[in-house]
Amino acid sequence: MNAARPALLLPALLALLLASLAVALLSGSVPIDPAQLWQPDSTAGRILWELRLPRAATAFTTGALLAVAGVLMQVLLRNPLADPYILGVSGGASVGALLALMAGAGRLLLQGAAFAGALLSTLLVFTLAHGRGSWNPGRLLLTGVVLAAGWGALISLLLSLGPDTGLRGMLFWLMGDLGQARWPWWGLLALAAGLAPALAQSRALNLLAGGDEQAAALGVNSARLRGLIYLLASLLTASAVTLAGNIGFIGLVVPHGLRLLGARDHRLLLPASALAGGTLLVVADTLARTALAPRQLPVGVLTALLGVPLFLVLLHRNREIQLRD
Amino acid sequence: MTEAVDSGRVLLDCGDLDVGIGSVRVTRRFRLALRAGQCWCLLGRNGTGKTTLLRTLAGLRRPAGGRIRLGGEPLETLPRRTIARRLGILFQSQEDVFPATVLESVLTGRHPWLHAWQWESAADLQRAREALAFVELSGFEQRPLHTLSGGERRRAGIATLLTQDPGLLLLDEPTNHLDLHHRTRLLERLCQRARDRGQAVLMVLHDINLAARLGDHFILLQGEGRACTGTAAEVLTTANLEALYGHPLEQVRTRHGPAWLPA
Repeated sequence: MNAARPALLLPALLALLLASLAVALLSGSVPIDPAQLWQPDSTAGRILWELRLPRAATAFTTGALLAVAGVLMQVLLRNPLADPYILGVSGGASVGALLALMAGAGRLLLQGAAFAGALLSTLLVFTLAHGRGSWNPGRLLLTGVVLAAGWGALISLLLSLGPDTGLRGMLFWLMGDLGQARWPWWGLLALAAGLAPALAQSRALNLLAGGDEQAAALGVNSARLRGLIYLLASLLTASAVTLAGNIGFIGLVVPHGLRLLGARDHRLLLPASALAGGTLLVVADTLARTALAPRQLPVGVLTALLGVPLFLVLLHRNREIQLRD
Repeated sequence: MTEAVDSGRVLLDCGDLDVGIGSVRVTRRFRLALRAGQCWCLLGRNGTGKTTLLRTLAGLRRPAGGRIRLGGEPLETLPRRTIARRLGILFQSQEDVFPATVLESVLTGRHPWLHAWQWESAADLQRAREALAFVELSGFEQRPLHTLSGGERRRAGIATLLTQDPGLLLLDEPTNHLDLHHRTRLLERLCQRARDRGQAVLMVLHDINLAARLGDHFILLQGEGRACTGTAAEVLTTANLEALYGHPLEQVRTRHGPAWLPA
């Protein structure tokens, strides 16, 4: 590995994150003088501390959760094109959230229902994909994709049956929305709880990416590690979906971009993904609330608009990367 | 020489070992003791279960019956990490989904020797570079693995095993993709290196003559659970080999000892 670049990567990403947070805090319909930052009682201070900062913090947390979940899913499925949403976790969460919205549930119940839906989906894949013997990425992927399709059908059914008045809220939730953001305490907690064990296993993740048998031969308990990263990835995805609804492509684009920058080692890739994923969503959300101000766009639409072209370029480049001897 | 290598410390032994895969019986009540300083070659027809036996001895697959001990301890009770310090395996083929350089790939051999939060030290890096030099891949450190030829990747795989540096080296058809020079000289040096370090080698080979040249002990997997083990003098006879492959052979004398040509 080129020694200079990875060593610089984390400080550079940290600087980018701080810059993006500063821009996020200072831009919006009400101009804010940085001097008012320390006067929480002024109007500007309240906008900052009660609206913009929680929203930026939520954007960072959600992006970081999704990017780390993406790294883990890609190792789990041994597929560089895997995404946190591919195993139907978000589908389950969406169905839970839509049911709560239709029942007219409050905010807390909505989050609880989304989280329960995500975990239910995880549990289903976990039980159904676990064939005889060990885990098999192909089986896992197939089960997840089929389940995701099932959730998709249920989502359409709920939307067509739902009351017209609630439709807009439901659509916004499905597209990803940070408009309701509060301080993301437990999202940050989930990030820490997911990232720490993943980091402790990060060298083993490097090996697992090369196949279960090879990893086992080098001293990794592959089956146990697979179970662990599946649970971690599901917890991270469920937390992200609960915080901000469906936000696509962060989990796919961020790890890939970083790999192209030389962060192939998971000891570097995991923290770098958290920083870069968080930064990307902070930037996307700032754009979402300022681009067509005073209208607010769902941030999921913006990440997809940024993500789709990036993804296609990566896929195009992958033609050469995947050439085997 | 045989006497010297027969007195080495037992690294792995098994008794009453029953191994099967699908409807194929690989071994029945099989006994084996691999000692420090020995180089074993495993021969047999396609589909007799050579790879399955190797994977079973590596603890990657449970035997149908019997016991395997690694360093005197029951294999199934040992954590994977401990096993990986005592035993390493080169698989028949390797695949890489994510990009990595040759050096990164070879350094993964240090995994069982490092703690969870520990990074590879300068000494680990030194080992990896020495292993690369051993397989004649010096200067390939920063090359992406997928740009290597089949034979070069095979040698990188061997370098990973040498970097892992276990007491017992299992190699499944190490000659795959290797050219004539490397399949003889590299494997000779590999066996010699293992003998010098009090390690043992067990490799699956399809080339009888290469096996006769490299090995001091042999396992012939004869199918339907039958196997015979022993030194060259004990098991490498024309009659045994003809029966093993179901093919007539002609023995010739060479300066390295006997060799066999398909008749």
